[in-house]
Amino acid sequence: MIANATRPLLQVKDLSVDYLTDRGPVRAVDRVSLDVAKGEFLGIVGESGCGKSTLLFAIARLLSRPAEINSGEIWFGGHDMVTMDEDELRHLRWRDYSVVMQSAMNALNPVMTIAEQLADAVGAHQRMPAGQLKSRSQELMRLVGIDPEHLRSYPHQLSGGMRQRAMIAMALALTPDLVIMDEPTSALDVVAQRSLMLKIKQLQREFGFATIFVTHDMSLVSHFSDRLAVMYAGQVVEIGATRQVFADPKHPYTVGLMRSFPSITGPLQPLSGIAGSPPDLGHPPSGCRFHPRCPQVFDRCSKEEPDLYARDHDLVRCFLFDPAIER
Amino acid sequence: MTIADLPPRPRVGVAPELLRTVSLTKHFRLGGFLSTRFLHGVDDINLAIHEDEIVALVGESGSGKSTIARLIAGVYRPTSGDILHRGRSLRGLRSRRDVLEYRGRVPMVFQDPYGSLSPVYQVSHGIMRALKLHRRDLSRRGREEEAERLLEAVGLVPARDFLGKYPYQLSGGQRQRIGFAQALACRPELILADEPVSMLDVSVRIGVLNLMASLRRRERISFLYITHDIASARYVADRLVVMYGGLVAESGPVEDVLAHPKHPYTQLLLSAVPDPRAPISLPEKTEVSEPPRVINPGEGCRFRARCPYAIEECSRVTPALRVLRPEHEAACHVAASDLEGSPGLDARRRPAHI
Repeated sequence: MIANATRPLLQVKDLSVDYLTDRGPVRAVDRVSLDVAKGEFLGIVGESGCGKSTLLFAIARLLSRPAEINSGEIWFGGHDMVTMDEDELRHLRWRDYSVVMQSAMNALNPVMTIAEQLADAVGAHQRMPAGQLKSRSQELMRLVGIDPEHLRSYPHQLSGGMRQRAMIAMALALTPDLVIMDEPTSALDVVAQRSLMLKIKQLQREFGFATIFVTHDMSLVSHFSDRLAVMYAGQVVEIGATRQVFADPKHPYTVGLMRSFPSITGPLQPLSGIAGSPPDLGHPPSGCRFHPRCPQVFDRCSKEEPDLYARDHDLVRCFLFDPAIER
Repeated sequence: MTIADLPPRPRVGVAPELLRTVSLTKHFRLGGFLSTRFLHGVDDINLAIHEDEIVALVGESGSGKSTIARLIAGVYRPTSGDILHRGRSLRGLRSRRDVLEYRGRVPMVFQDPYGSLSPVYQVSHGIMRALKLHRRDLSRRGREEEAERLLEAVGLVPARDFLGKYPYQLSGGQRQRIGFAQALACRPELILADEPVSMLDVSVRIGVLNLMASLRRRERISFLYITHDIASARYVADRLVVMYGGLVAESGPVEDVLAHPKHPYTQLLLSAVPDPRAPISLPEKTEVSEPPRVINPGEGCRFRARCPYAIEECSRVTPALRVLRPEHEAACHVAASDLEGSPGLDARRRPAHI
């Protein structure tokens, strides 16, 4: 496969996802639009419950009841992902896109060795003689920095960092165009985390796959992602080049997030975080969803819902950047 | 922003000692009763916490930091060594009254605010219970007033409303504040806070850290703050203790340790912290991190397999903590002393934390 030069590898248009509950639908992802170019690293950050993982699952078509895609389109390499059935998806999974989950301990099968699980994933898509499969498996393990000896190990015999690396080896086994990652480093300590991030980046340079990387830790992706999307209460509130967003955050929520984590360098500064807590998506606030917590709130914010406005190549969902009220 | 929100500065002068661990050691036997495999949770920990002080204990998971908190809280019995509370050994706590008294002075706040509050009771239940147990002097009316004061102290206002709420009506940050209010109900001297913010949303974490700083300032409570996040440790703590493989690798005033890390593990840890304010630097070499051996570890530095500076001595002799800068010590054979005079010898003779 795949995408011709002009079209992005992945296009998400106005995607909405609902969780069907007894008390009516709860919208977890609200009209999200994103593009991911070939070979690009897109970071998605947000707090728990902001819909970032639901968005990933929707893109990978891994949602299960009670969640369902309500409206919107997902185009991946010329395929309309929303209307595809399981049979068609089976051909794309692993080969064209793969998913690395947050907890490798739960994603790996505890009673199969790493070699067996790799063979399972590869074998489902490609016929490969045993000898070739073995050498390919060894190559993959070396790629992610694990001794190929561990092919004979069971998941519990590996450390947390090694399990995540094994997951990444499986995700790369069929050289997909897109690797979707849901907080793959959140269970690791900082040293293992940094080493895994560097590995992902190095592999990405080598193989040219695109990455969507979801995390709650904004600082983690600061050095790794090309573009950054910030989500709040199911919506994208700011999206732009990572360095630009860090250098000049625009949405008051992004500004608040940036002021929420202390630094180990520079002078010690008092921080305030963001007052209040994220809303219940069953009853989202009227108007702008961030307005009850926003330090720059004004009249219009509680009455109307802001659009995404363009500013310095970023898109910002905030009336402060509405060109119509430009002073 | 008010003055109360400002993070504390490291203080000068030494306040009276509140708690001290003396060669505190905890080994866990693995397998059956006759097994000879021991997991070394912590080994030979000498840690002092003073009045009005926040000490941060940092390290990766499995480094023994929670084990220390549980030993101090009396959840585990030490394999050897001792814990002194205001000079009195915890081994001397025999009567229920003594134990209750100690637990009131040194309560614990837990990591998971979702698991540490019972879902079937209102907020008032836990706080009133703590007040009934630890504040026998208060009347019923006095307890109610005190409960409201406590909730206000942890930033939950209007307090009266919060007393009647159930945990499911509260956010994670609010639940964690209830945890602190319950600890406060015992009139503590030292709160053991085991990863109190790691399960909270990024935007509310700093509020809980600011709460710890203000409780120290207003109520003169000391904290043992356990975390894997060295940046948050810098934000609230006066002193930093870095653990590796069940041993203290380095300890000293926070800013001094960050500016002059002496132990190679501390250096590695600091280099791994993601910092968006730092310039982009992506080293080509990636370090493969393997956990240290803590089951029957034997002699030698536990960091040696990962250490770029390891020498022959490191595999033979477990390095002892040496004072290398004022009030700043590290357990490394290779690290150089910055003290004046003959560095090695004089430094070795100095007792810890004085």
